Amino acid sequence: MSNLDSNSGAGSRAFDIDAIRADFPILQRKVNGQDLVYLDNAASSQKPSQVIQSLVDYYEQTNSNVHRGVHTLSIEATDAYELARTKVAKFINAPRSEEVIWTRNTSESLNLVAATWAEANVGEGDNIVITAMEHHSNIVPWQQLAFKKGAELRYLSHNDDGVIDLDGASSVIDSRTKLVAATHMSNVLGTINPIAKLAELAHAVGAVILVDAAQSVPHMPVDVQALDADFLCFSAHKMLGPTGIGVLWGRYDLLDAMPPYMFGGDMILEVTYEDANWNDLPYKFEAGTPNIADAIATGAAVDYLSELGMDKVWQHEQELTAYAMEQVLSLGNVRVLGPQDPALRGGVISFIHESIHPHDLGTALDQQGIAIRTGHHCAMPLVRSFDVVAAARASFYIYNTKSEVDALVNGISETEGYFSR
Amino acid sequence: MTGGMSGLGDMDELYEAIILDHYRSPRNTAPVEEADVDLEVNNPFCGDEFHIQLKVEDDAVSQVGITGRGCAISQASASLLAELVEGKSSAEVRAAVDAVRRLLKGEEITDEEADILGDIEALGGVRKFPVRIKCALLSWVGLDDALKEHLAK
Repeated sequence: MSNLDSNSGAGSRAFDIDAIRADFPILQRKVNGQDLVYLDNAASSQKPSQVIQSLVDYYEQTNSNVHRGVHTLSIEATDAYELARTKVAKFINAPRSEEVIWTRNTSESLNLVAATWAEANVGEGDNIVITAMEHHSNIVPWQQLAFKKGAELRYLSHNDDGVIDLDGASSVIDSRTKLVAATHMSNVLGTINPIAKLAELAHAVGAVILVDAAQSVPHMPVDVQALDADFLCFSAHKMLGPTGIGVLWGRYDLLDAMPPYMFGGDMILEVTYEDANWNDLPYKFEAGTPNIADAIATGAAVDYLSELGMDKVWQHEQELTAYAMEQVLSLGNVRVLGPQDPALRGGVISFIHESIHPHDLGTALDQQGIAIRTGHHCAMPLVRSFDVVAAARASFYIYNTKSEVDALVNGISETEGYFSR
Repeated sequence: MTGGMSGLGDMDELYEAIILDHYRSPRNTAPVEEADVDLEVNNPFCGDEFHIQLKVEDDAVSQVGITGRGCAISQASASLLAELVEGKSSAEVRAAVDAVRRLLKGEEITDEEADILGDIEALGGVRKFPVRIKCALLSWVGLDDALKEHLAK
């Protein structure tokens, strides 16, 4: 295992795009008779054979329950499950692997914090501060909590380019702020938010900061200590891993003081007919038989990304994004939401065509084998704030190429031709 | 340019000429004064939204006005609806809505229903694109609900 000591190293493997593409079986398939051009990575990434094989290996060689038996399979399954946790911890530079809690996805990670930490720490008259560019999953849990507690939900504003107003933030975050919850990278605008600066503002008033890193951990080096984060959430399926598993990372002292989220097996230390007490971290938050196979496969995904090196992953996507912005804007009748400077954004390009509705465009591109996302991208208030109700979105990952960007741009032109017959 | 362009294979089945015509030149878009039925329908998932107004006299739709924004399918469907309901009795409108539902579900359409639907049969192409069925149904479902409500008054 190379490169597990650092998440941001150069990686031991060359960034050879042909070799990378060869690792992804799905890229060989045809869609509607055309070569698949998969540009919906912000929704879910494809999986390399290394990850798929780890699932097969687990079920063929190791399958058993964890933390239970003294038999060989259970011991091997437990070791593999815990090794995957250690890999994830190193990937985000967590001080301790017990701080990595397996959940189902980013949404569950966010809900866990809302139902435990926030339930215990946010009271009437307090406020929770989020940005105006959050995914629904980082809005609704806080809205509901605020209703329940009589707390206030406040929003950090951004400019027309989707860049957060940090000067304004210092007046929104005040002595009654208990939590600042912000996306590291917007799934609609591509904006990379200044998390370390928000953390400074939050900590100055005694608040904690939670980072929705669903769009950042898969694409760039993320270091929870450098960000000075308190909680950080992400999903495996957007980073080459399987669906159905995600991560909550939290500072040990915070997690340790939090009440459990769910009750059941594995999360208890001792149960009597009258009462129970709780297991240590991370098990306190992992009630019941966990998602063992997918946790192990997440470890395989982390290995894959670490071997490439997150610096190189990020560099590839920055180059591709700059090229795609230039090509898409050269069409002349397309508006791109979010920062116009590619250096301020990640590989997510949401755009509006002046005459073709996103759904018509999505169907037409699908006929050409090109998969994009269309709609409100689970961020209705944000999309509406740009005076549109839906947008088309192309999003990139390690296996995407400039020629796929060309296919997208050509596909948009073909669609224009079709609808202007 | 014609259909069958490189890579746009089955598009013509969805976007028949009559659909594109209604999309480009929607019918009955003028607002209705003192409308008896006045409703907004929307699909938050697509962002499609339409404003449907009807004037109902002696149990017949004497005037209809539909404006809104949406994809080509939802716009063409709303326009086809506007064209169909004018002059129809509420029972005829209900029969048309049922026929459209059955058409989009892929059920057999009787000759009688085919007569009622006319150009609207072109919407049937959406069956090959299941995620777009809701686009075609949006205004019809809204109309059905609004008319029921009006008649219940």
